[in-house]
Amino acid sequence: MSGEDTIHVALSGRLGDFDLDVAFDAPGHGLTALFGPSGCGKTTILRCIAGLNRLAGVCRIGEDTWQDKARFTPTHKRAVGYVFQEASLFPHLSVRDNLLYASGGKVQPAASGGIGFEEVVALLDLDRLMQRGPQRLSGGERQRVAVGRALLSQPRILLMDEPLSALDRQSRDDILPFLERLHRSLAIPVIYVTHDMSEVERLADHLILLDAGRVVASGPLGVLQSDTDLPLALQRGAAVTLDAVISGFDSAYGLTRFDVRGGSFLIPGTADMPTGSRQRLRIGASDVSLALEKPASTSILNVLPARISSSRALDDREIVMVLTLGHNDAGEQLLARITRRSWDLLELEDGRPVFAQIKSAALAPRRLPQ
Amino acid sequence: MSSEIWISVRLTIALAATTTVILLFVGTPVAWWLSRSRARWKEAAAAVVALPLVLPPTVLGFYLLVALGPDGPGGAIAGLWGARTLAFTFEGLVIGSVVYSLPFVVQPIRNAFEAIGDRPLEVAATLRASPARVFWTVAMPLARPGFLTGAVLGFAHTIGEFGVVLMIGGNIPGETKVLSVAIYDFVETLQWREANMLAAGMVVFAFAVILAMTLIEKRMRRVGP
Repeated sequence: MSGEDTIHVALSGRLGDFDLDVAFDAPGHGLTALFGPSGCGKTTILRCIAGLNRLAGVCRIGEDTWQDKARFTPTHKRAVGYVFQEASLFPHLSVRDNLLYASGGKVQPAASGGIGFEEVVALLDLDRLMQRGPQRLSGGERQRVAVGRALLSQPRILLMDEPLSALDRQSRDDILPFLERLHRSLAIPVIYVTHDMSEVERLADHLILLDAGRVVASGPLGVLQSDTDLPLALQRGAAVTLDAVISGFDSAYGLTRFDVRGGSFLIPGTADMPTGSRQRLRIGASDVSLALEKPASTSILNVLPARISSSRALDDREIVMVLTLGHNDAGEQLLARITRRSWDLLELEDGRPVFAQIKSAALAPRRLPQ
Repeated sequence: MSSEIWISVRLTIALAATTTVILLFVGTPVAWWLSRSRARWKEAAAAVVALPLVLPPTVLGFYLLVALGPDGPGGAIAGLWGARTLAFTFEGLVIGSVVYSLPFVVQPIRNAFEAIGDRPLEVAATLRASPARVFWTVAMPLARPGFLTGAVLGFAHTIGEFGVVLMIGGNIPGETKVLSVAIYDFVETLQWREANMLAAGMVVFAFAVILAMTLIEKRMRRVGP
């Protein structure tokens, strides 16, 4: 992690009834999720990065030191964009004036090197809302304006504090595609606080696991998801997310082929996306079953050769294991959960080549609105 | 109506208007500090501001008289333009009224600032607004109803003041003889008709003020761009 704007944070101090003591680096690009249960200190960390709270420690972004022993830059001199849990739009200003608050009402042209006004309006589909007051927006619309407003302050880093948790399910589903699109088109790093694993799976590149004021683990999302020493891989809804590239369509059967490292998947649905576009696939541990020989007759579309890299007993009934796709151990890793009975029956062990059968339904690609 | 009454009316309005303007300038920073500060002695300061609510006007008037008189700081200030004292002058009345009506202006503005909460101010700070810009572009517009209430209360309360005026202003026509003192004077000299006219006028005024304030506040509650 030596990107120009690598984010370094180290904080310690008393927080309610426990001590917060964290130190981590986040890459200077992509989305880093701060994930943990409520009250573990996620929001406090984010507020400290913005300078809204003050704990002892260091906060550095690229070459800029915002906080260390000697200095503490006040919030308004830090190039952060902050999206709060509630949209917190200024009630006395129209959507347009909210968006332009940071620039003092001036429209930043797209060509000026920063984040352009028109660009943000298009990205978040805000055109229709411009003249309205915040009172006349839905929850999802308000949060979109809040995101746009933060971006138009020309931040070097975007901080998002559970931006979806105050929304109802419908608004959440409405706004997630915008966040995915944002995540792809944004050049600046994003730090995203959440306690919802599905948001992490859809949005995060990098993950920092927190618990009771400590960093439990930090690393690329896929690595942490498939680490059986961490709680993520052991929980009921455990899954991995894979980066896939669309490599072809079968229009006769309405299937799309996705390539990942070490294999490829067929998924029902012809996405209206060109070959070569990238997509994220989620594969749940309980949707993967194993066979020793390639099944000759099965309704399961995706049967991929793999090898058992490691395994761990969840309890005396179930076993979770990490599978590496392909024959040469260079493929993506999947999680699989099976009963201990099946494990014994098939005489499975670490290092054993197997065939992973993945139920197609589990491979729901997240599609962006075009 | 006699010109004597008109002189009193004009004087009273001039006093209330001057006092209100000064109070908005003095009271706003006080209210802002009271609403934002985390100082331990903040509530003690708030109690001092609120003292005139509870103190008998004669007590306040007595101390003001001492302060404004030739031996107090008021006398020293008056010396700047060659006068001996601020007591029994219009300027003295303004100073007295500012002190007397301070809580009526500070309290509504403070409440309005507190009602904004931290969030809008934090949002503005994350949008690069300096503390001064946060104050002018977020805190002030959002506290607008409080300013209106404070101004109206301060104005109306100054018009109705009596005890303090009598203590530090006396009864000089055109200089310190405000309406409430004039009514008292008319009664003392058995001019019941004049006293009645003034008193009835004050009742109508008070009613109009409160009604107008309620209606305007109701409108302003619907904050919008």
